[in-house]
Amino acid sequence: METPAPVLSIRDLSVSFRSGGVEVPAVRGVSLEVAAGRTVAVVGESGSGKSTTAAAINRLLPPGGRVTGGRILFEGRDLAELSEREMVRVRGAGIGLVPQDPMSNLNPLMRIGDQIAEALIVHGRAAGKAARARVVELLELVGIPDPARRADQYPHEFSGGMRQRALIAMGLACRPRLLIADEPTSALDVTVQRRILDQLDALTEEMGTSVVLITHDLGLAAERADTVAVMYRGEIVESGEAGRILAEPGHEYTRRLLDAAPSLSSTSLVKAAAPGPEARDLVEVRGLTKVFPVRGAGRGVTDRFTAVDGVAFTIPRGQTVSIVGESGSGKSTTANLLLGLERPTSGQVLFEGTDMAALGRRELFALRRRVQPVFQNPYASLDPRYTVARTVAEPLKVHRIGTAAERAKRVTELLDQVALPAEMAERLPHELSGGQRQRVAIARALALSPELVVLDEAVSALDVLVQAQILELLAELQRELGLSYLFISHDLAVVRMISHRVHVMREGRIVESGTPDRLFAAPESEYTRELLAAIPGAGLATA
Amino acid sequence: MTDLTRTAPIAVPATRRAGRLRAVLRSPSGVVGLVLVGLLTVAGLLSFTGLLPYDPVAQDPPNRLLSPSGEHLFGTDQFGRDVFSRVAAGVGSSVLISVVAVTLATVVGTLGGLVAGFFRGFTDTAIGGLTNVLFAFPPLLLALALASVFDRNWFTVAVAIAVVYAPIFVRVTRGPVLSLREIEYVKAATSTGQGRLSILFRHVLPNIGSIVIVQVTLSLSWAVLTEASLSFLGLGTPPPAASLGSMIFDARTLVEIAPWTMIAPGVAVVLLVVGLNLLGDGLRDALDPRNRGGRAR
Repeated sequence: METPAPVLSIRDLSVSFRSGGVEVPAVRGVSLEVAAGRTVAVVGESGSGKSTTAAAINRLLPPGGRVTGGRILFEGRDLAELSEREMVRVRGAGIGLVPQDPMSNLNPLMRIGDQIAEALIVHGRAAGKAARARVVELLELVGIPDPARRADQYPHEFSGGMRQRALIAMGLACRPRLLIADEPTSALDVTVQRRILDQLDALTEEMGTSVVLITHDLGLAAERADTVAVMYRGEIVESGEAGRILAEPGHEYTRRLLDAAPSLSSTSLVKAAAPGPEARDLVEVRGLTKVFPVRGAGRGVTDRFTAVDGVAFTIPRGQTVSIVGESGSGKSTTANLLLGLERPTSGQVLFEGTDMAALGRRELFALRRRVQPVFQNPYASLDPRYTVARTVAEPLKVHRIGTAAERAKRVTELLDQVALPAEMAERLPHELSGGQRQRVAIARALALSPELVVLDEAVSALDVLVQAQILELLAELQRELGLSYLFISHDLAVVRMISHRVHVMREGRIVESGTPDRLFAAPESEYTRELLAAIPGAGLATA
Repeated sequence: MTDLTRTAPIAVPATRRAGRLRAVLRSPSGVVGLVLVGLLTVAGLLSFTGLLPYDPVAQDPPNRLLSPSGEHLFGTDQFGRDVFSRVAAGVGSSVLISVVAVTLATVVGTLGGLVAGFFRGFTDTAIGGLTNVLFAFPPLLLALALASVFDRNWFTVAVAIAVVYAPIFVRVTRGPVLSLREIEYVKAATSTGQGRLSILFRHVLPNIGSIVIVQVTLSLSWAVLTEASLSFLGLGTPPPAASLGSMIFDARTLVEIAPWTMIAPGVAVVLLVVGLNLLGDGLRDALDPRNRGGRAR
C-alpha cells in the first residue's frame, strides 16, 4: 500500500523556554506525522508541551521560547527556513488555527464579518463584495443561524459557542490544508462542544483538511481523531490508532490517564445510602428563587434575570447531593445562596429546620462554622500572600478557637487529613501545584469541623489524574467525618462517581432528580439525555 | 480560566519573598534611580542637621555672585548665600514636602478607593463624584488656590499637593478592589464569617499593595515638580527659606552673569525627578509578577 506524503511532518522537535537565565525544555524529541485528510489528536495534561508543539508549527512560540532542535516539514518545506514573509503566507492560507479561548481571540471592536474577511483579504482570496459573500457562506457553514445579519454583529453579541464557531470559520476561511485546533472547545459546555466538534468534523472532511487536535481529554481525542499521540512532560510517550490506544494502552502513563478519567462506566466512590432509618436531613431547600436586576436595553430600564427559579431539594447527613448543569443554569448561584453569600429573593434554606434568612448576625456567624466552601479555581481560592499554615488557621482565628499553639497543632492535623506533608505549612500558594492548592482549600474548609461542605466545581480545573485523587480524598473524608456535600459540577461523569443523589439544573430550574444509577441508566428528561450523549467518549466507553 | 491552570507545571522557581530589593537592584534603571535619590536625600538631610558648609539663609554681601570654587562648590547668589547649601536645603524641603504630601494622598486616596470599590452603593457614588470634581481642576490651579487660601508654610503646601494627588489613588485602587471583592479567597473568608472590614484589611489591601507602591513612586516625582512649580510662583515655602522653585525664580535675572545660580537648582530638580522615575520603573518591574525570573521585554 502506498502512503501519500504527509501534509505535516515533525521530526525530533525540541523546544525550550528561557526562564530566569535557565533553559527549561518544554518539548523533547517529538515526532509526528499528519497525513492528508486525517485527524491527529495530541493529548496531555497541562504543562505536557502539547500547546507548545502546536505553537512551534506556526512559529508563534511565546516570548522566551525557541526551537532547539528538529525539523517541521509542511508539505515538504522546512518551516524553519522560510522567511518571515513566506511564513505569513503559510499561516492562515496553508495552516489554519483555531485558538483556545473564544473570549480573548476576537477583536471586540471589530464586526465578526470584518474579522473573517480580513483573513481572506490578507491572502488575496477575495475582496469587497466577494469577500462579504464568502464570509456569509462561511458563517453558514459553521452553523451560525441568520449569517448575513450575524456578520454585522460584534463579538459581545455572540455567545461563547457562537464565537468559537466564528473562530473556526476564520481558521477555515482560506481552505487551509492543515488546521491546528488548540483545545477548541474546552471553554464550552458539553452539549455545545459536541455540536461544534461535529460541525468541525464535517467541514474538514468535506474540504479534505488535515487536523491537529490539541486536547486534555483522552475520550474526546479518541472519539474525534484517527491517530492519538499522548504527551507527557514534553515527550510523546505513546502514539497510535485511536481505538487501539484506548483498548490496550501500551504506556504506563496512558493507562493511568485512562483509569483516572471519569467516565460513565467508572465505579462509584461512595456507597449507596444504607437502608434502614432514613438519615435526618441536614439542609432543606424550599422554593428557592433568586432574581438579579440587570441593566436593560433601554435607558433607566432594569430587567430582571431569574437565576434560580423555585428550586427545592434536601441534603441528608453524611451524603453527597450534586447539582449538574451547564453555564448559566443557576447552579453556582444556588451554592452561593446556601453559603449565605447571596440572599434569596424568595424561598428558604432551612438548616436543621432553621431558616437561614431569619438568623441574626450572631447566629449566622455561628452557622458559618457548619457550612464551608471549596471553590473551582485553585489559583484564586488562596490568598497569594498567606502561607499554607496561615490560610488553614484563619477560620479558627476568626472564630477565636484555641491558642496559637493549639491552632498550629490543628493545622498539622488538617494537613495530614488532606494528605499534605507538614513541611508544606510554610509554603506560599505559588509554590504549590494545582492539586496541592485544592487540598489546602479543602483543609481550610475542614478547619471549623463543618457538617456541610459546598464544593462549587471543586475539581473542574484539575488535570484528570489530580482530579481522581481529590475525588478519592473527598469520598474518604466523607466516610471518616460524616460530612455532607453539596457538589456543583458541569461534569456528569464526575458527578456519577461521588453522588448519592443528583439534580439536573437548566435555566434556573431542576429538570430531573434521582440517584445517579437511575438517572444515568434511564434518564427521563430530554435534556438529561442530551447531556449524557454529549459526554466525549460516551459511545466508546460501552464498547 | 484554563490559562491559569497552565502556568504552574514546568519548574516553579522557588524564589521566596526575600528578593524584592534585590530585584530592584537587578534592573539598571532601578540602581541608577536608587543612587540618585539616595544621594540627593542624604544631601537634603544635611540641611536638617546643620551639617551644611554654610547657613543657607545667612547673607554675606561682600561675597556675592562668586563663581563655583573649592570654597563655594556651586558659587554664591546675589546676597552672597552659598548656592550648594541652599540647593541642599531646597532638596531637603522639597523631599520633605513631597513625602508628606504623597503619604497623605496615599492614605486618604487608598482608603477612599478601598471603601468605594469594596462597599459599592452610595459610598462609591459619593467618593466617585468627589474624585471627578477634583479631577476637573487643573492640578496646579487647585494647589495654587489651596496654597493661597491658607497660611503659607510647608505643611499647607504639602496638604495642597495631597489634595491634588489623592483622587489618583482612589482611581488606581478602586478597579483592582472591585475584582478582588469577587475573588474566591475573599468569598471563602466571607464564608468563615470574617467581618467585611477585617477582610478588607487582611485580604484586599495587602493584595493591592504593589499597585499602590508603584503609584507612590510616580506621585513622588510629580509632587517634586508640583512643589517646585508652586514655589516658583511664590506660593511655596515662604522666603528666605531655600526652595528649588524660588531659587530658579530668583536666578531668572542673573542667568547671564551668574548661570550657576540657575543651573544648580535646575539640575537638582531634574536629577531628583529622573531618579524617582527610574526608581519607580525598577520597582514596577520588580513587583510585576509577569516580569519574575528574567528581564524579557
